[in-house]
Amino acid sequence: MSRVGRALLLVLLFWRGLRAPRPPGPEPAVEEGGPEEGRPFRREVGAQRRDELLVAGLLLASAAASAAFIALLFADADPRLLGLSLALAVGLLGAALGLASRRLVPREEAIEQRPRLAHPEALPPVRARLGSVGQGVSRRGLLGAAGVAAGTALAAAVAVPVTALGPAVGESIAQTPWRRGRRLVGENGKPLRAGDIPAGSFVTAFPEGADKRELGSAVVVVREDPERLALPPERQDWAPLGIVAYSKICTHAGCALAMYRQPLYEPTSDQPGIACPCHYSVFDPRTGGTVLAGPAARSLPQLPLRLGPGGELRAGGGFSGPIGPSWWGVRKT
Amino acid sequence: MLAACVAVALPACASPASGAADPVGQGRALYIESCAGCHGDDARGRHGQAPALLGVGAQSADFYLSTGRMPLADPRAEPVRSPPSYTAAERRALVAYVASLGGPRVPRVDPGRGSIAEGQELFTSHCAGCHQIVGRGGVVPGGVAPALQEATPQQIAEAVRIGPYLMPAFPERQIDQRELESIARYVLSTRNPPNRGGWGIGNIGPIPEGMVAWLLAGTALLLVVRLLGKRAEP
Amino acid sequence: MNSDALRFLDERLSTNRPLRKALRYVFPDHWSFMLGEVALYSFLVLVATGTFLALFFEPSLDPRVYAGPFEPLRGREVSAAYESVLGLSFEVPAGLLMRQTHHWAADVFLVAIVLHLVRIFFTGAFRKPRELNYLIGVTMLGLAVLEGFLGYSLVDDLLSGMGLAIAYAVAMSIPLVGGDLAHLTWGGEFPGSGVIQSRLYIGHVFVIPAVLAGLIALHLASIVRQRHTQFRGGLESEDNVIGTPLWPGYALRSAALALLTAAVLFGLGGLVQVNPVWQWGPYEPWQATNGAQPDWYLGWLIGGLRLMPPVEIVIGDFTLVPNPFFAGVLFPAVVFGVLYLWPWLEQRFITRDLASHHLLDRPRDNPRRTAVGAAFFSWVVTVFAAGAADRFFLSTGVSYNTQMWIFRAAVFVVPAVVYVVAGRVARELRAADRHPLRGWSGAVVRRTEAGGFSADEAPDASRAP
Repeated sequence: MSRVGRALLLVLLFWRGLRAPRPPGPEPAVEEGGPEEGRPFRREVGAQRRDELLVAGLLLASAAASAAFIALLFADADPRLLGLSLALAVGLLGAALGLASRRLVPREEAIEQRPRLAHPEALPPVRARLGSVGQGVSRRGLLGAAGVAAGTALAAAVAVPVTALGPAVGESIAQTPWRRGRRLVGENGKPLRAGDIPAGSFVTAFPEGADKRELGSAVVVVREDPERLALPPERQDWAPLGIVAYSKICTHAGCALAMYRQPLYEPTSDQPGIACPCHYSVFDPRTGGTVLAGPAARSLPQLPLRLGPGGELRAGGGFSGPIGPSWWGVRKT
Repeated sequence: MLAACVAVALPACASPASGAADPVGQGRALYIESCAGCHGDDARGRHGQAPALLGVGAQSADFYLSTGRMPLADPRAEPVRSPPSYTAAERRALVAYVASLGGPRVPRVDPGRGSIAEGQELFTSHCAGCHQIVGRGGVVPGGVAPALQEATPQQIAEAVRIGPYLMPAFPERQIDQRELESIARYVLSTRNPPNRGGWGIGNIGPIPEGMVAWLLAGTALLLVVRLLGKRAEP
Repeated sequence: MNSDALRFLDERLSTNRPLRKALRYVFPDHWSFMLGEVALYSFLVLVATGTFLALFFEPSLDPRVYAGPFEPLRGREVSAAYESVLGLSFEVPAGLLMRQTHHWAADVFLVAIVLHLVRIFFTGAFRKPRELNYLIGVTMLGLAVLEGFLGYSLVDDLLSGMGLAIAYAVAMSIPLVGGDLAHLTWGGEFPGSGVIQSRLYIGHVFVIPAVLAGLIALHLASIVRQRHTQFRGGLESEDNVIGTPLWPGYALRSAALALLTAAVLFGLGGLVQVNPVWQWGPYEPWQATNGAQPDWYLGWLIGGLRLMPPVEIVIGDFTLVPNPFFAGVLFPAVVFGVLYLWPWLEQRFITRDLASHHLLDRPRDNPRRTAVGAAFFSWVVTVFAAGAADRFFLSTGVSYNTQMWIFRAAVFVVPAVVYVVAGRVARELRAADRHPLRGWSGAVVRRTEAGGFSADEAPDASRAP
């Protein structure tokens, strides 16, 4: 007898051995806690020779693909070849198993009784058992309250160490590395002079000696026509020669303002703007960083600039407002 | 018609006042025909329409004409790359004319002298915010930063110095010749990015990746479960 | 397994009885019941490839100078994390294959979960007694989104670094606690000292996978306990389950699905590039690239952030609620809130049905649910589409600003229209089922007493459902 036939016979005897055959249909109600047997009421047994050969072929092809993957790995092959061979190895095996499930092994449809989920009759004894903890205990109120107090306090104690993770927001945002007199340096660390800021371009600058990665460090410096500047009254001396500097961090969601819109011929295009590539907020360098477009709702903080004795650019103080994205309590400037 | 004219016999199309081998004169004639309407007969521009061309030099003329950005039908529209309206010879003439009005020459740039690593770093700092990290272009409020795969080294150098439309202009003091060559080398490399991982799907990031996940993997897997599972009874 | 092995285990662990029960366990066969399995197998691929990656990845932001084979970045200062991922991509054998398979598996994991959620929703599988299992599923959806975000943010490349900055801003925007919460998570102001990297790492490789694994186990155990739902058919009823027994049919089929899912993922991992971090370069807070997008399953949030007009809640010059809150916190809270509460919302407002259900609805069987669900999902998809408006502009030329206004209107109009249309379609389909001859026109042919035939105009069989 073939191996498949023997296996089938075993399965059949296995099932028959457990209970007498019954006609298909809903099973009678199952006893409490008893096993639920699924019985196939429709069985299709037997595999076509063609399908058997196909499955065998797929399995062998998968083996070949696995061997290819191993060889390619040692040959330091392209990821494309590695991926293709591994995908074939796994996929052909999957196809073989899928085909086997549909065409080779016995295809069965069985019916099974759903277990009853609710057992309301078991509720009183459970409740009684659980409630028995209080038997003989008189000061239940006191104990209950004390228990609740202990539990909540412990939960709080366990939760509190999370505050060690970091500082409160406090005034830390207001502290940037910029100080009055600090020199501006470029990305390469070299101090910037007024002549290094061409009209029509933008320069990224940092405080000399500071960590460039601090959010408050990076500023974008542009040179505007002094005649066209319209800064707020208290900032009239913040822009020597028309050079203005703003925080390079967008006040909407913290991306770097890496776009500078600089019209070659303003009458037929747009006014200059410092813009953000994330959600397309635009700030006006001529009016102190006010929002021209986009979802940002707070002006871009401006850094006052001074010209040092040698023509080098220095900060004239800290920013006009908090840099970076807003939070509860931040003041709009 | 003009192109046909040039193809047939150059002298026949030259301005009556100049000789056959006078590109500036030729250029002037072409200029009067097509450009003066917005830029003015005296090339001083027309307020609210087009800037002056005095002092922009061969650099600008070559850029705008070779990328087909000029002539521009609507002065309020954004000049975008298109097939050039003029033949190479006509462009030379126009460039010669504009050069005669003064201004920077066409920049010489040899990308081979540049360093791709330096180019990547400079491009990230100065260009990627608008043009995208591998020069695939993007939206800029008010216009479009174009994709750069079609740009020639000369056009790259010209654009960097001119700052066309809404682009900033970077002079030599900010980006020197060597740095410019590195940037040009990097931009040229974006024509064929090193897509080691297979099909690059545009090199623009998660949008096409999501499409692949849904349309390729999603459809494949839906097909697989349809094959493995059963359909509902009718 | 041979008899000796079975006896060995049974004498020690009492396995024969549960094995006998398990082998007969019946699984309904409909193809749409396998979508959750696709998610499960994607998760297994994630764990396997993720383990491989963790053997090479260095979770530190310490600065290094890149000296590897990728020329455009040579000499650049990068973090140790980024350098180790470049190493995986260019130097470790099969490293890039594993990296890309891992990333595709994450994208596909979420595709499968969403498809599965849609199936669960429109067939009413979340109804009693399966509400708890449904809640577990929605929680897993949220965790999977978070896990994916943490995973690709670990690499410290320019694209994901920009995403982290936005996440920081969204955290900051939470009223009252946001600032402290953000600074707690980052150990100070963004980007901080680098301790965030340790937190992202332990969250991504241990905490969330462990919670997910536990929830998956609960999810599957629930299904086994309650048995799977099924569609109405011939013999199906509320009291039985009809399908394929676990052995051999279902086990082989599941194994096949696992392998084919893995095959699709490995195939993509080798053939289609994903997250080419060498292209983006290392993250620096003062740099950005245009066209930055999060992975697809966060596209709904970038859509919201771009769509939202510059509204903030301010008293005088004191900011109460910054702008990113609305799209970054409120919007997902509403979406997940509706998802979590849906079984009870439906019961209260639509069906008033407190009974247990093991038989599934087809979408047409509950047109109100179908209409509301379709409208809800279309709302999310509209916001999602708005996130790609810049690419859409580059392809079609429709101005970005115009698109923003169109999408702002669409966010209201599209769900309303979808509600009406989906409800209509569902009702029509249901009516057609109940009255198959509804709207039929033709002739009724009768045999006359004389033996001939007479044809009369059909009575008007169309009736309102």
